[in-house]
Amino acid sequence: MALLEVEDLRVSFDTPDGVVRAVRGLSFTLAAGSTLGLVGESGSGKSVAVQTITRLTRGADVGGRVVLDGVDLLTANEEELREVRGARIGMIFQDPLSSLHPYHRIGWQIEEIIRAHEDIGRAAARARAADLLGLVGIPRPETRVDDYPHQFSGGMRQRVMIAMAMALSPEVLIADEPTTALDVTVQAQVLDVMRRLQEEFGTAIIMVTHDLGVIAELADDVVVMYAGAAMERAPRRELFYRYHHPYTEGLLTSLPLRGEASGRLRPIPGSPPSLIAVPPGCPFAPRCQYAFERCSITPPLAAVLADPRHQSACWLPADRPRQESAEEAA
Amino acid sequence: MARFLIRRILQGIVVLWLITVAVFGLFFVVPNDVARTLAGRQATPETIALIQHRLGLDQPVWKQYLDFVWRALHGDLGYDYYHQVPVTHIIAQALPITLSLAIGASIIWLVLGVFNGVLSATHPRSLEDRGLTAFSLFFYSMPPFLLGILLLYVFYYQLTLRGVTWFPAGGYVPFAQDPTAWFQHMVLPWITLALLLAATYTRLTRASMLDVLGEDYIRTARSKGITERRVIYRHGLRAALTPVVTQFGIDLGQLVGGAVVTETVFSLPGLGNTAVDAITRQDLPVIIGIVLVASAAVVIANIVVDVAYAALDPRVRLH
Repeated sequence: MALLEVEDLRVSFDTPDGVVRAVRGLSFTLAAGSTLGLVGESGSGKSVAVQTITRLTRGADVGGRVVLDGVDLLTANEEELREVRGARIGMIFQDPLSSLHPYHRIGWQIEEIIRAHEDIGRAAARARAADLLGLVGIPRPETRVDDYPHQFSGGMRQRVMIAMAMALSPEVLIADEPTTALDVTVQAQVLDVMRRLQEEFGTAIIMVTHDLGVIAELADDVVVMYAGAAMERAPRRELFYRYHHPYTEGLLTSLPLRGEASGRLRPIPGSPPSLIAVPPGCPFAPRCQYAFERCSITPPLAAVLADPRHQSACWLPADRPRQESAEEAA
Repeated sequence: MARFLIRRILQGIVVLWLITVAVFGLFFVVPNDVARTLAGRQATPETIALIQHRLGLDQPVWKQYLDFVWRALHGDLGYDYYHQVPVTHIIAQALPITLSLAIGASIIWLVLGVFNGVLSATHPRSLEDRGLTAFSLFFYSMPPFLLGILLLYVFYYQLTLRGVTWFPAGGYVPFAQDPTAWFQHMVLPWITLALLLAATYTRLTRASMLDVLGEDYIRTARSKGITERRVIYRHGLRAALTPVVTQFGIDLGQLVGGAVVTETVFSLPGLGNTAVDAITRQDLPVIIGIVLVASAAVVIANIVVDVAYAALDPRVRLH
């Protein structure tokens, strides 16, 4: 049984320009201990979607269901929500510098999450904080608990965030673009730490990213998002080798390939639709090289392909031919 | 930190020195007739010359200035022209009154302003927010003498007519002499000054708090499962207070120089009132003494603000 079920999640914001429909009917399930990759370009609604899981998107109109162990978080009260946040669902964010409080010591910030959920004293919480810092690979943790965020490097800060999010060994870790703000070499280290802790604590991870490389490293299952909706969902290997949706194809073929440095990048032409006035039909149709009349009239259903775990919201036949270079990219 | 302090103190001394030069210069640019006033209407030129000589006014300005600096360095600010009272004595009388006023009022406006600001920021565009904004802008735009007189009218005049003599019409009783009477005399001036300034703090706290509540680390705080109250105070207000502290230091520093209008309305013989008297009588030693105290207060307040900044924000290091 799935640990976390997101069903027909809809999130919109009322802005002076109109209602922005950031997430339009997103569904996925997360099995205990597994990793789900949520991929999409900027503005595809992936961050909004995962932040809505713990209702961090304030001022948004939210619909659908987010069920953790049988409890719908979208209808939970403040107190129930407080018990889930931090303790059962940990979160880390894109920019570790702005995500840590600049005026409080690292140790204080980690102690706070522990003491919010457990009845333990300051000294004990502090010792736990130091242990956690050691666990994520921060040298001299017992002195560094007294340092402020600005005294850490970017990668170390993200480790601190991970230590904080994992402090109560939550069942779910939501990682919202955790490596985007980091150097490539540091990215790999941070992903390593996450993978190690996942094995140790059996935590399920929702990894939000626009980086298919991160997905290829970590994810068991992948959901490809575009314009607030899922375009394709599949186990990782299935997605990379037997992708179906033209948007997934576009993402894969636009990857710069190693050993092909001189080649030109192949971007997806056009830009995503406005989320204020989403066109009827498939949101990707205006940019899709395979689009035909039906695509811009009726939104495609999530068609189940040969592998029952593989679904694609596209009208193209299930056995459509794929571009060669994309497979090489994988 | 020590180096920072020493440098700032030296800078402050330079500022104070420049201010004495400026005040001296200004005083002698306009023709002064202190001696003539003192000598009376029928005085002979000889009498006037004698008085000028006694006050040292017949000396060249630079000589008078050097004398002043020499004595000031020995803690002597001279004597007032009219009663030969030491200026240090006049200041020692007036300063506690102004300090009582400034410190008491500042506590009220700070608590009021910050609390209202947080309430406004956490309920933006709500009825509370709009109500508090209207409330604070109403007093903000009110001239201080009008607010003072209104308070006197209601709390002194109307209440006294009804037999409640809790609020005096004005004046000052030292704290050491009678704490209750001191409080009774100070409460209306405090409210006057506090209501005038609270608006700035409400708006400042609101704006700063709204900024901070949009920060990523507030989202992190919420994701930790702590109470919303803790998110707002321990995480939000903690960060939002920095600009408020700056403004507070500047305002308090300025007030120590005297809250002229409030002191006048409530007949408080503080520095502001004393300065106004001294200026109308062209009593240079008193003017300079008060200007020195007022400037020193501003200089010290600024140094304290900088130190407070470093204490509040660990990213600020003083060099």
